[in-house]
Amino acid sequence: MKKGISFRQAFFTLLKRDLQIAIRHKGDIFNPLLFFILVVTLFPLGIGPEPQILSRVAPGIIWVAALLASMLSLERLFKADFVDGSLEQMLLSPQPLPLMVLAKVLAHWILTGVPLILIAPLLAVLLHLDGNSYGALMATLALGTPVLSLLGAIGVALTVGLHKGGVLLSLLILPLYIPVLIFATSAIDAAGLNLPYSGHLAIIGAMLVGSLIMAPFAIGASLRVSTN
Amino acid sequence: MAEQQIAKTLLSANQLTCIREERILFDELSFEITAGEIVQIEGPNGSGKTSLLRILAGLSRPYAGDVYYQGEDITRNRDEYNDDLLYLGHLAGVKTELTAEENLNFNLRISGYDEFDTRGILSKVNLAGFEEALAGHLSAGQHRRTALARLWHTNCKIWLLDEPFTAIDKKGVEELEHIFLAHAKRGGCVIMTTHQDMGIIGDDILRKISLEYRFV
Repeated sequence: MKKGISFRQAFFTLLKRDLQIAIRHKGDIFNPLLFFILVVTLFPLGIGPEPQILSRVAPGIIWVAALLASMLSLERLFKADFVDGSLEQMLLSPQPLPLMVLAKVLAHWILTGVPLILIAPLLAVLLHLDGNSYGALMATLALGTPVLSLLGAIGVALTVGLHKGGVLLSLLILPLYIPVLIFATSAIDAAGLNLPYSGHLAIIGAMLVGSLIMAPFAIGASLRVSTN
Repeated sequence: MAEQQIAKTLLSANQLTCIREERILFDELSFEITAGEIVQIEGPNGSGKTSLLRILAGLSRPYAGDVYYQGEDITRNRDEYNDDLLYLGHLAGVKTELTAEENLNFNLRISGYDEFDTRGILSKVNLAGFEEALAGHLSAGQHRRTALARLWHTNCKIWLLDEPFTAIDKKGVEELEHIFLAHAKRGGCVIMTTHQDMGIIGDDILRKISLEYRFV
Protein backbone atom coordinates (compact mmCIF):
# COMPACT_ATOMS: atom_id res chain seq x y z
CA MET A 1 0.00 0.00 0.00
CA LYS A 2 2.72 2.40 -0.87
CA LYS A 3 2.14 5.90 -2.01
CA GLY A 4 3.77 6.56 -5.33
CA ILE A 5 1.81 9.10 -7.31
CA SER A 6 3.93 11.74 -8.95
CA PHE A 7 2.74 15.33 -9.19
CA ARG A 8 2.26 14.88 -12.91
CA GLN A 9 0.05 11.84 -12.41
CA ALA A 10 -2.00 13.62 -9.76
CA PHE A 11 -2.42 16.59 -12.11
CA PHE A 12 -3.65 14.43 -14.97
CA THR A 13 -5.89 12.35 -12.71
CA LEU A 14 -7.77 15.45 -11.67
CA LEU A 15 -7.80 16.88 -15.20
CA LYS A 16 -9.20 13.64 -16.56
CA ARG A 17 -11.89 13.47 -13.90
CA ASP A 18 -13.07 17.01 -14.57
CA LEU A 19 -13.22 16.42 -18.31
CA GLN A 20 -15.06 13.15 -17.77
CA ILE A 21 -17.66 14.84 -15.58
CA ALA A 22 -18.13 17.62 -18.12
CA ILE A 23 -18.60 15.13 -20.96
CA ARG A 24 -21.41 13.50 -19.00
CA HIS A 25 -22.88 16.91 -18.29
CA LYS A 26 -22.84 18.33 -21.78
CA GLY A 27 -24.63 21.53 -20.87
CA ASP A 28 -21.48 22.72 -19.19
CA ILE A 29 -19.70 22.83 -22.53
CA PHE A 30 -22.51 24.07 -24.72
CA ASN A 31 -24.08 26.80 -22.60
CA PRO A 32 -21.17 29.27 -22.71
CA LEU A 33 -20.55 28.49 -26.36
CA LEU A 34 -24.21 29.02 -27.23
CA PHE A 35 -24.20 32.29 -25.31
CA PHE A 36 -21.13 33.42 -27.25
CA ILE A 37 -22.70 32.57 -30.60
CA LEU A 38 -26.03 34.18 -29.72
CA VAL A 39 -24.52 37.46 -28.55
CA VAL A 40 -22.34 37.77 -31.62
CA THR A 41 -25.15 36.92 -34.06
CA LEU A 42 -27.57 39.34 -32.44
CA PHE A 43 -25.31 42.36 -32.93
CA PRO A 44 -25.67 42.64 -36.74
CA LEU A 45 -29.43 42.46 -36.27
CA GLY A 46 -29.28 45.25 -33.73
CA ILE A 47 -26.90 47.68 -35.40
CA GLY A 48 -27.56 46.97 -39.06
CA PRO A 49 -25.72 44.93 -41.67
CA GLU A 50 -23.38 47.64 -43.10
CA PRO A 51 -19.97 45.97 -43.53
CA GLN A 52 -18.01 49.09 -42.54
CA ILE A 53 -19.69 49.47 -39.18
CA LEU A 54 -19.57 45.77 -38.45
CA SER A 55 -15.91 45.34 -39.27
CA ARG A 56 -15.16 48.39 -37.10
CA VAL A 57 -16.93 46.93 -34.05
CA ALA A 58 -16.18 43.24 -34.69
CA PRO A 59 -13.06 42.90 -32.44
CA GLY A 60 -14.88 44.52 -29.53
CA ILE A 61 -18.02 42.45 -29.94
CA ILE A 62 -16.19 39.16 -30.20
CA TRP A 63 -13.99 39.91 -27.22
CA VAL A 64 -16.74 41.26 -24.99
CA ALA A 65 -18.88 38.23 -25.82
CA ALA A 66 -15.95 35.91 -25.11
CA LEU A 67 -15.31 37.64 -21.82
CA LEU A 68 -18.94 37.39 -20.71
CA ALA A 69 -19.19 33.77 -21.85
CA SER A 70 -16.11 32.92 -19.83
CA MET A 71 -17.54 34.70 -16.77
CA LEU A 72 -20.86 32.96 -17.17
CA SER A 73 -19.22 29.57 -17.04
CA LEU A 74 -16.90 30.34 -14.15
CA GLU A 75 -19.27 29.70 -11.29
CA ARG A 76 -19.37 26.01 -12.01
CA LEU A 77 -15.63 25.73 -11.57
CA PHE A 78 -15.72 24.98 -7.83
CA LYS A 79 -19.43 25.08 -6.96
CA ALA A 80 -20.29 21.44 -7.57
CA ASP A 81 -17.16 20.29 -5.75
CA PHE A 82 -18.01 22.55 -2.83
CA VAL A 83 -21.57 21.25 -2.58
CA ASP A 84 -20.71 17.54 -2.62
CA GLY A 85 -17.62 17.72 -0.43
CA SER A 86 -15.01 16.91 -3.09
CA LEU A 87 -13.47 20.32 -2.54
CA GLU A 88 -12.72 19.48 1.10
CA GLN A 89 -11.11 16.26 -0.01
CA MET A 90 -9.01 18.16 -2.53
CA LEU A 91 -7.88 20.59 0.17
CA LEU A 92 -6.91 17.67 2.40
CA SER A 93 -5.15 15.61 -0.24
CA PRO A 94 -1.40 15.30 0.17
CA GLN A 95 -0.89 16.77 -3.30
CA PRO A 96 0.09 20.45 -3.48
CA LEU A 97 -3.03 22.55 -3.69
CA PRO A 98 -1.81 25.01 -6.36
CA LEU A 99 -1.16 22.06 -8.67
CA MET A 100 -4.65 20.64 -8.12
CA VAL A 101 -6.17 24.04 -8.68
CA LEU A 102 -4.20 24.48 -11.90
CA ALA A 103 -5.54 21.16 -13.18
CA LYS A 104 -9.09 22.29 -12.50
CA VAL A 105 -8.55 25.64 -14.23
CA LEU A 106 -6.96 23.92 -17.20
CA ALA A 107 -9.94 21.59 -17.49
CA HIS A 108 -12.24 24.59 -17.34
CA TRP A 109 -10.29 26.35 -20.07
CA ILE A 110 -10.30 23.27 -22.31
CA LEU A 111 -14.07 23.05 -21.92
CA THR A 112 -14.96 26.72 -22.30
CA GLY A 113 -11.98 28.55 -23.78
CA VAL A 114 -10.96 26.19 -26.56
CA PRO A 115 -14.42 25.80 -28.16
CA LEU A 116 -14.67 29.57 -28.11
CA ILE A 117 -11.38 29.98 -29.93
CA LEU A 118 -12.39 27.39 -32.50
CA ILE A 119 -15.73 29.01 -33.31
CA ALA A 120 -14.42 32.60 -33.29
CA PRO A 121 -13.19 32.72 -36.95
CA LEU A 122 -16.62 31.66 -38.14
CA LEU A 123 -18.29 34.42 -36.15
CA ALA A 124 -15.69 36.87 -37.38
CA VAL A 125 -16.86 36.11 -40.92
CA LEU A 126 -20.40 37.03 -39.90
CA LEU A 127 -19.10 40.36 -38.61
CA HIS A 128 -17.00 41.16 -41.70
CA LEU A 129 -13.82 41.23 -39.71
CA ASP A 130 -10.94 42.65 -41.70
CA GLY A 131 -9.00 39.94 -43.53
CA ASN A 132 -5.72 40.90 -41.91
CA SER A 133 -7.14 40.62 -38.40
CA TYR A 134 -7.83 36.88 -38.24
CA GLY A 135 -4.33 36.00 -37.09
CA ALA A 136 -4.48 38.62 -34.35
CA LEU A 137 -7.97 37.48 -33.28
CA MET A 138 -6.86 33.89 -32.89
CA ALA A 139 -3.61 34.82 -31.17
CA THR A 140 -5.27 37.15 -28.66
CA LEU A 141 -7.98 34.61 -27.88
CA ALA A 142 -5.44 31.83 -27.46
CA LEU A 143 -3.34 33.93 -25.08
CA GLY A 144 -6.19 35.83 -23.44
CA THR A 145 -8.82 33.23 -22.58
CA PRO A 146 -6.50 31.27 -20.24
CA VAL A 147 -5.87 34.56 -18.41
CA LEU A 148 -9.64 34.99 -18.07
CA SER A 149 -9.97 31.49 -16.62
CA LEU A 150 -7.07 31.94 -14.20
CA LEU A 151 -8.09 35.36 -12.91
CA GLY A 152 -11.74 34.41 -12.79
CA ALA A 153 -10.95 31.36 -10.73
CA ILE A 154 -9.60 33.58 -7.95
CA GLY A 155 -12.95 35.35 -7.76
CA VAL A 156 -14.84 32.07 -7.85
CA ALA A 157 -12.68 30.64 -5.10
CA LEU A 158 -13.44 33.65 -2.92
CA THR A 159 -17.19 33.50 -3.48
CA VAL A 160 -17.75 29.74 -3.59
CA GLY A 161 -19.09 29.64 -0.04
CA LEU A 162 -21.71 32.32 -0.67
CA HIS A 163 -25.20 31.37 -1.70
CA LYS A 164 -25.68 34.16 -4.22
CA GLY A 165 -22.13 35.03 -5.17
CA GLY A 166 -22.89 35.80 -8.83
CA VAL A 167 -23.09 39.59 -8.63
CA LEU A 168 -20.16 39.86 -6.26
CA LEU A 169 -18.16 37.62 -8.56
CA SER A 170 -18.71 39.94 -11.54
CA LEU A 171 -17.77 42.98 -9.48
CA LEU A 172 -14.62 41.27 -8.26
CA ILE A 173 -13.27 40.01 -11.54
CA LEU A 174 -14.48 42.43 -14.21
CA PRO A 175 -11.85 45.04 -13.30
CA LEU A 176 -9.20 42.34 -13.66
CA TYR A 177 -10.52 41.42 -17.10
CA ILE A 178 -10.39 44.95 -18.48
CA PRO A 179 -6.64 45.07 -19.27
CA VAL A 180 -6.93 41.85 -21.25
CA LEU A 181 -9.87 43.28 -23.18
CA ILE A 182 -8.07 46.55 -23.97
CA PHE A 183 -4.88 44.95 -25.22
CA ALA A 184 -6.66 42.22 -27.15
CA THR A 185 -8.99 44.52 -29.05
CA SER A 186 -6.28 47.05 -29.78
CA ALA A 187 -4.08 44.25 -31.13
CA ILE A 188 -6.85 43.22 -33.50
CA ASP A 189 -7.43 46.84 -34.53
CA ALA A 190 -3.72 47.31 -35.17
CA ALA A 191 -3.66 44.16 -37.30
CA GLY A 192 -6.60 45.52 -39.32
CA LEU A 193 -4.55 48.63 -40.13
CA ASN A 194 -1.56 46.49 -41.09
CA LEU A 195 0.40 47.76 -38.11
CA PRO A 196 2.59 45.48 -36.00
CA TYR A 197 0.75 44.06 -33.01
CA SER A 198 3.44 41.89 -31.45
CA GLY A 199 3.79 44.39 -28.58
CA HIS A 200 0.16 43.89 -27.59
CA LEU A 201 0.57 40.14 -27.81
CA ALA A 202 3.69 40.32 -25.66
CA ILE A 203 1.77 42.14 -22.94
CA ILE A 204 -1.08 39.63 -23.02
CA GLY A 205 1.55 36.89 -22.97
CA ALA A 206 3.15 38.48 -19.93
CA MET A 207 -0.26 38.58 -18.23
CA LEU A 208 -0.67 34.91 -19.03
CA VAL A 209 2.70 33.95 -17.59
CA GLY A 210 2.18 36.11 -14.53
CA SER A 211 -1.27 34.74 -13.78
CA LEU A 212 -0.15 31.19 -14.55
CA ILE A 213 2.48 31.46 -11.86
CA MET A 214 0.64 33.45 -9.24
CA ALA A 215 -3.05 32.68 -9.65
CA PRO A 216 -2.85 29.01 -8.50
CA PHE A 217 -1.47 30.15 -5.14
CA ALA A 218 -4.09 32.87 -4.82
CA ILE A 219 -6.85 30.43 -5.76
CA GLY A 220 -5.60 27.87 -3.24
CA ALA A 221 -5.46 30.43 -0.45
CA SER A 222 -8.93 31.73 -1.37
CA LEU A 223 -10.36 28.23 -1.27
CA ARG A 224 -8.98 27.71 2.22
CA VAL A 225 -10.62 30.94 3.34
CA SER A 226 -13.92 30.04 1.69
CA THR A 227 -14.17 26.62 3.29
CA ASN A 228 -13.20 27.90 6.73
CA MET B 1 8.44 -1.54 23.44
CA ALA B 2 4.81 -2.27 22.73
CA GLU B 3 3.74 -0.08 25.60
CA GLN B 4 5.80 2.78 24.34
CA GLN B 5 4.11 2.61 21.00
CA ILE B 6 0.67 2.61 22.53
CA ALA B 7 1.48 5.66 24.59
CA LYS B 8 2.63 7.68 21.59
CA THR B 9 0.66 10.90 21.24
CA LEU B 10 -0.58 11.38 17.70
CA LEU B 11 -2.79 14.38 17.86
CA SER B 12 -3.09 16.99 20.52
CA ALA B 13 -5.45 19.91 20.82
CA ASN B 14 -4.25 22.85 22.81
CA GLN B 15 -6.75 25.32 24.29
CA LEU B 16 -9.09 25.26 21.30
CA THR B 17 -11.81 27.87 21.21
CA CYS B 18 -14.44 27.94 18.52
CA ILE B 19 -16.96 30.69 17.97
CA ARG B 20 -19.73 30.34 15.42
CA GLU B 21 -22.50 32.84 14.80
CA GLU B 22 -21.40 34.79 17.89
CA ARG B 23 -21.89 31.74 20.05
CA ILE B 24 -19.04 30.05 21.86
CA LEU B 25 -19.21 26.37 20.91
CA PHE B 26 -16.32 25.35 23.14
CA ASP B 27 -13.49 27.20 24.75
CA GLU B 28 -10.07 26.20 25.97
CA LEU B 29 -10.64 22.62 24.99
CA SER B 30 -7.48 20.57 25.34
CA PHE B 31 -6.96 16.86 24.85
CA GLU B 32 -4.43 14.38 23.60
CA ILE B 33 -5.12 11.42 21.42
CA THR B 34 -2.66 8.58 21.46
CA ALA B 35 -2.06 5.84 18.94
CA GLY B 36 -4.57 3.02 19.27
CA GLU B 37 -7.45 5.08 20.57
CA ILE B 38 -10.98 5.19 19.27
CA VAL B 39 -12.57 8.45 20.27
CA GLN B 40 -16.18 9.46 20.00
CA ILE B 41 -17.00 13.14 20.15
CA GLU B 42 -20.46 13.36 21.63
CA GLY B 43 -22.89 16.10 22.33
CA PRO B 44 -26.29 17.38 21.24
CA ASN B 45 -26.94 18.91 17.82
CA GLY B 46 -25.28 22.27 17.48
CA SER B 47 -22.72 21.64 20.19
CA GLY B 48 -19.82 21.92 17.76
CA LYS B 49 -18.87 18.32 16.95
CA THR B 50 -18.45 18.91 13.26
CA SER B 51 -16.67 22.21 13.92
CA LEU B 52 -14.22 20.40 16.18
CA LEU B 53 -13.55 17.73 13.56
CA ARG B 54 -13.01 20.36 10.87
CA ILE B 55 -10.57 22.17 13.13
CA LEU B 56 -8.71 18.94 13.81
CA ALA B 57 -8.56 18.30 10.07
CA GLY B 58 -7.18 21.77 9.44
CA LEU B 59 -10.14 22.81 7.31
CA SER B 60 -11.29 25.51 9.72
CA ARG B 61 -9.19 27.79 11.81
CA PRO B 62 -10.07 27.86 15.51
CA TYR B 63 -10.73 31.24 17.11
CA ALA B 64 -7.84 30.48 19.44
CA GLY B 65 -5.62 27.50 20.12
CA ASP B 66 -3.61 25.06 18.05
CA VAL B 67 -3.66 21.48 16.91
CA TYR B 68 -0.43 19.51 16.94
CA TYR B 69 0.33 16.37 14.99
CA GLN B 70 3.21 14.44 16.53
CA GLY B 71 4.31 17.63 18.22
CA GLU B 72 4.16 19.84 15.14
CA ASP B 73 1.61 22.53 14.39
CA ILE B 74 -0.63 21.22 11.60
CA THR B 75 -0.87 24.61 9.87
CA ARG B 76 2.89 24.71 9.49
CA ASN B 77 3.29 21.21 8.27
CA ARG B 78 0.18 20.72 6.20
CA ASP B 79 1.44 18.40 3.46
CA GLU B 80 2.91 15.95 5.91
CA TYR B 81 -0.21 16.01 8.07
CA ASN B 82 -2.51 15.55 5.07
CA ASP B 83 -0.44 12.55 4.06
CA ASP B 84 -1.39 10.85 7.32
CA LEU B 85 -4.96 12.10 7.55
CA LEU B 86 -8.15 10.57 6.27
CA TYR B 87 -11.12 12.88 6.74
CA LEU B 88 -14.64 11.97 5.73
CA GLY B 89 -17.06 14.81 6.30
CA HIS B 90 -20.81 14.56 6.35
CA LEU B 91 -20.62 15.45 2.69
CA ALA B 92 -19.32 12.31 1.09
CA GLY B 93 -17.14 13.83 -1.63
CA VAL B 94 -18.58 11.41 -4.17
CA LYS B 95 -19.31 12.69 -7.65
CA THR B 96 -22.79 11.75 -8.85
CA GLU B 97 -21.67 11.90 -12.49
CA LEU B 98 -19.03 9.21 -12.02
CA THR B 99 -19.46 5.52 -11.36
CA ALA B 100 -18.65 3.99 -7.99
CA GLU B 101 -15.45 2.56 -9.41
CA GLU B 102 -14.33 5.83 -10.97
CA ASN B 103 -15.04 7.65 -7.73
CA LEU B 104 -12.99 5.26 -5.64
CA ASN B 105 -10.22 5.18 -8.21
CA PHE B 106 -10.02 8.97 -8.20
CA ASN B 107 -10.18 9.27 -4.41
CA LEU B 108 -7.39 6.75 -3.92
CA ARG B 109 -5.15 8.17 -6.61
CA ILE B 110 -5.51 11.69 -5.34
CA SER B 111 -4.57 10.41 -1.88
CA GLY B 112 -1.37 9.13 -3.45
CA TYR B 113 -1.94 5.40 -3.97
CA ASP B 114 -1.10 3.99 -7.35
CA GLU B 115 -1.67 0.27 -7.00
CA PHE B 116 -4.99 -1.00 -5.82
CA ASP B 117 -7.85 -3.22 -6.83
CA THR B 118 -10.98 -1.08 -6.92
CA ARG B 119 -13.30 -4.01 -7.57
CA GLY B 120 -11.94 -5.93 -4.63
CA ILE B 121 -12.33 -2.95 -2.33
CA LEU B 122 -15.86 -2.25 -3.57
CA SER B 123 -16.87 -5.85 -2.94
CA LYS B 124 -15.73 -5.43 0.66
CA VAL B 125 -18.23 -2.63 1.13
CA ASN B 126 -20.98 -4.68 -0.53
CA LEU B 127 -20.90 -2.76 -3.76
CA ALA B 128 -19.98 -5.74 -5.94
CA GLY B 129 -22.10 -5.50 -9.05
CA PHE B 130 -22.51 -1.73 -8.70
CA GLU B 131 -19.05 -0.80 -9.98
CA GLU B 132 -20.43 0.56 -13.22
CA ALA B 133 -23.41 2.30 -11.67
CA LEU B 134 -23.34 6.07 -11.56
CA ALA B 135 -23.05 7.22 -7.97
CA GLY B 136 -26.08 9.44 -8.56
CA HIS B 137 -28.19 6.33 -9.14
CA LEU B 138 -27.07 4.55 -5.98
CA SER B 139 -29.06 4.56 -2.75
CA ALA B 140 -28.03 6.87 0.08
CA GLY B 141 -26.31 4.03 1.92
CA GLN B 142 -24.47 2.84 -1.16
CA HIS B 143 -23.44 6.39 -1.91
CA ARG B 144 -21.98 6.61 1.58
CA ARG B 145 -20.27 3.25 1.18
CA THR B 146 -18.55 4.51 -1.96
CA ALA B 147 -16.91 7.17 0.19
CA LEU B 148 -16.22 4.82 3.10
CA ALA B 149 -14.51 2.31 0.78
CA ARG B 150 -11.35 4.37 1.15
CA LEU B 151 -11.01 3.07 4.70
CA TRP B 152 -10.23 -0.37 3.28
CA HIS B 153 -7.18 0.87 1.45
CA THR B 154 -5.26 3.41 3.43
CA ASN B 155 -2.21 3.73 5.58
CA CYS B 156 -3.21 7.05 7.10
CA LYS B 157 -2.84 7.03 10.87
CA ILE B 158 -5.51 9.53 11.75
CA TRP B 159 -9.08 8.93 10.73
CA LEU B 160 -11.50 11.79 11.27
CA LEU B 161 -14.99 10.61 10.51
CA ASP B 162 -18.06 12.79 10.72
CA GLU B 163 -21.15 10.61 11.23
CA PRO B 164 -19.68 7.58 9.45
CA PHE B 165 -22.72 5.40 10.17
CA THR B 166 -25.30 7.65 8.51
CA ALA B 167 -27.50 5.59 6.18
CA ILE B 168 -25.42 2.45 6.81
CA ASP B 169 -27.28 -0.76 7.71
CA LYS B 170 -26.63 -2.75 10.91
CA LYS B 171 -24.30 -5.22 9.28
CA GLY B 172 -22.38 -2.40 7.67
CA VAL B 173 -21.98 -0.68 11.03
CA GLU B 174 -20.52 -3.89 12.45
CA GLU B 175 -18.06 -4.16 9.58
CA LEU B 176 -17.02 -0.56 10.15
CA GLU B 177 -16.51 -1.21 13.85
CA HIS B 178 -14.28 -4.18 13.01
CA ILE B 179 -12.16 -2.08 10.71
CA PHE B 180 -11.91 0.68 13.33
CA LEU B 181 -10.64 -1.85 15.86
CA ALA B 182 -8.14 -3.26 13.39
CA HIS B 183 -6.94 0.23 12.60
CA ALA B 184 -6.51 1.07 16.28
CA LYS B 185 -4.57 -2.16 16.77
CA ARG B 186 -2.20 -1.15 13.98
CA GLY B 187 -1.35 2.00 15.90
CA GLY B 188 -3.76 4.43 14.27
CA CYS B 189 -6.51 6.42 15.87
CA VAL B 190 -10.13 7.00 14.97
CA ILE B 191 -11.94 10.17 15.94
CA MET B 192 -15.59 10.26 15.04
CA THR B 193 -18.89 11.83 15.77
CA THR B 194 -21.95 9.66 15.93
CA HIS B 195 -25.22 9.40 17.78
CA GLN B 196 -25.48 5.71 17.16
CA ASP B 197 -24.68 3.07 19.75
CA MET B 198 -21.98 0.67 18.78
CA GLY B 199 -22.24 -3.04 19.46
CA ILE B 200 -18.70 -4.29 19.16
CA ILE B 201 -16.68 -1.32 20.33
CA GLY B 202 -17.63 -1.33 23.99
CA ASP B 203 -17.39 1.49 26.50
CA ASP B 204 -14.13 0.04 27.82
CA ILE B 205 -12.39 0.69 24.50
CA LEU B 206 -14.23 3.78 23.41
CA ARG B 207 -13.08 7.10 24.76
CA LYS B 208 -15.57 9.91 24.77
CA ILE B 209 -15.06 13.62 24.49
CA SER B 210 -18.23 15.44 25.46
CA LEU B 211 -19.29 18.80 24.18
CA GLU B 212 -22.16 20.65 25.78
CA TYR B 213 -24.63 22.92 24.18
CA ARG B 214 -24.06 26.44 25.44
CA PHE B 215 -26.38 29.37 25.25
CA VAL B 216 -23.84 32.15 25.59
